[in-house]
Amino acid sequence: MLEFRNLRLTQGDFTLTADFQVPKGARVAVIGPSGAGKSTLLSLIGGFETPDDGDILWRGKPFGLSAPFERPISHLFQDNTLFAHMTAAQNVGLGLRPSLRLSKSEQSAVSEALRAVGLEGLETRRPGALSGGQQSRVALARVLVQQKPLILLDEPFSALGPAMRHEMIDLAKEVSERLGATMLMVTHDVSDVDRFADLVIWVEGGTCQPPRPWAEMKADPPQGLLDYIGT
Amino acid sequence: MAHRVFAIRLWPGLIAAALVAALSLGTLGVVALRAESFSTLSKFDWMAVRFTVVQALISAGLSVILAVPVARGLARRDFYGRRLLITLLGAPFILPTIVAILGLTAVFGKTGFVSIALNWAGLEPISIYGFHGVILAHVFFNLPLATRLLLQGWGAIPSERFRLAASLNFSPRDMFRHIEGPMLKEIMPGAFAVIFLICTTSFAVALTFGGGPKATTVELAIYEAFRYDFNLGKASLLALIQVVICAVAAFVSLKFRVPQVGGAGLDRPVQRFDVHKLSARGVDLFWIMMVSLFLLLPLLAIVLRGAYGVFDLPISVWSAAARSLVTALGSAALAIILSLSLSLSALRWRWLEGIGMTAIAASPLVMGTGLYIVLFAVADPADWALFITALVNAVMSLPFILRAIGPALATTERTYGRLSDSLGLMGWTRVRLVLWPRLRGPVGFSAGLAAALSMGDLGVIALFARPDSATLPLQIYRLMGSYRVDQAMGASLLLLGLSLALFYIFDFWGRRRA
Repeated sequence: MLEFRNLRLTQGDFTLTADFQVPKGARVAVIGPSGAGKSTLLSLIGGFETPDDGDILWRGKPFGLSAPFERPISHLFQDNTLFAHMTAAQNVGLGLRPSLRLSKSEQSAVSEALRAVGLEGLETRRPGALSGGQQSRVALARVLVQQKPLILLDEPFSALGPAMRHEMIDLAKEVSERLGATMLMVTHDVSDVDRFADLVIWVEGGTCQPPRPWAEMKADPPQGLLDYIGT
Repeated sequence: MAHRVFAIRLWPGLIAAALVAALSLGTLGVVALRAESFSTLSKFDWMAVRFTVVQALISAGLSVILAVPVARGLARRDFYGRRLLITLLGAPFILPTIVAILGLTAVFGKTGFVSIALNWAGLEPISIYGFHGVILAHVFFNLPLATRLLLQGWGAIPSERFRLAASLNFSPRDMFRHIEGPMLKEIMPGAFAVIFLICTTSFAVALTFGGGPKATTVELAIYEAFRYDFNLGKASLLALIQVVICAVAAFVSLKFRVPQVGGAGLDRPVQRFDVHKLSARGVDLFWIMMVSLFLLLPLLAIVLRGAYGVFDLPISVWSAAARSLVTALGSAALAIILSLSLSLSALRWRWLEGIGMTAIAASPLVMGTGLYIVLFAVADPADWALFITALVNAVMSLPFILRAIGPALATTERTYGRLSDSLGLMGWTRVRLVLWPRLRGPVGFSAGLAAALSMGDLGVIALFARPDSATLPLQIYRLMGSYRVDQAMGASLLLLGLSLALFYIFDFWGRRRA
């Protein structure tokens, strides 16, 4: 279980607050207008920002000031989620061992993960020689080998076309199911939410509302969501 | 509060900063302690101060003014070899001073072909020694720099302006008044200030072409106080004066926006609609030809005359070349280590980069004097000649290197910092797997630059070296002094080849894909 306890972060005249729990294994969409604080929320969970007040707890233990890599989290960033100078296999291998000194069994785990996302035989390609969709697959293969119980995705597929994006969201969903992980994804597109989310955190003006079932929220949308969708 | 994890230990940067500060500021302190009172300065010393300032003003002025028509021609003409010429304009930066000096002597000196031509026409040949020679050499080095700076100014003018000018039927005068003039007004002061600063610390040029009461710079006076009188007190006092001149020049140059010499805007000529008149073409052709000849003839002279001598060099030249190579490689390694550590820690403490930049106003001879005084107390400074030369050269190249490495490092951290943090790429692993591969290009370029600059350096080494332990530039200077011109030419060709090869090899390594 992921818990936000009286979390508060102020940056200039912007204040982000969150105070709720996310059940284990949930697939959560984080939606809201631009600049509302969605990415900031993910940065706080990831340990890239430090809250002014409150804390985030994982299975009852506070994250405190722990460094990003000490947290049980896999990331998919909006861009630069792969190192351009490394091969696909190296990019995935980093998830097992940052030094890239992989044992035989770790190497086969990397190949296995690449096969699982449909990139068999492309181990030695660099990101520049892969399509946008294939790059996303490499990043998801890394999430697979990392085997972390929490996956954070910050608009990871926004550069892809709609069909490819849906394909990737399905794959991400599959990966999280396979790992039994909790997944939080920032997105701009309501059709993405339909596709994967059970719960939705609505963020507006820095206030993160407690997660609600998507079906319920669609039936009774907050005014901000109506304005956001434009219906 | 924003929280930033620092993936790499910061102490190497602090050590590097302390070392640089000790060399640029610490040596200054030593020099200040050792300096005699002002009353010991003779009339000749004050003449040196005056000459330093006056020659720098004239050199900078001429370089910048002559650069205007050249840069304009390059900006608006496309011709075969244009890119090569622009690349060549960058060459004097890594060209060993002594090589250029010999080249200029071969062209403009007593037996050079300019003098022969002037004689033939019944005119007095120009003298390359003294005032004229110093100015000539400084313009040779800095006209290309000024041209590149101004060329960037032209490149930065949006092409829409020229289209607008064409549609409004601007005359060349209108064009200058409304478009080119304002740009020049913005760029020329900065270019002037930078070149002035460079010329105030001129040593090798003054050493060879200058000398005597009328053409001695302060740097040369320091050397003479050192080498001829072994008067450390006077050398220190002169060093202090040199620092004041540099500091004032650096302070003034801060007031102006100094354009960066980069690749931007140099690739393509601006499309213009006012350039088809025959007179404009003639003017551009004239200036481009002149600057090409001015740059190429001295180098060509070295190649042609040196080719005889290069296979007939005494063993002392080869051993000097070996010493120079070792020094240059050591200096490049030091420069890279210092600049990487500084840049890494500067991500956290911005002011550290400022310390690395202090060398831009420092003078190698002042550093050398300070180090000599310190070393003299504990050892024979001559034993340390090569190490000190490598170290001082490394610190002197830092301002240029930091500008290449610093921004690249910041970009890498901005792009991959979070990803690296989230994956636990920390410490040495981060350097090995992320920073080094991403920085390979700028590191290769910087190492090449530092190596070439050190290879050609004729400054500190002149203070420290024993007769039997010269570097190649110093050896060439000695050959010149004993009128063995053919050997000097041959050795210069060797030095030129080695400097360019060092730069090229490192830069190529950086650009090659892993």
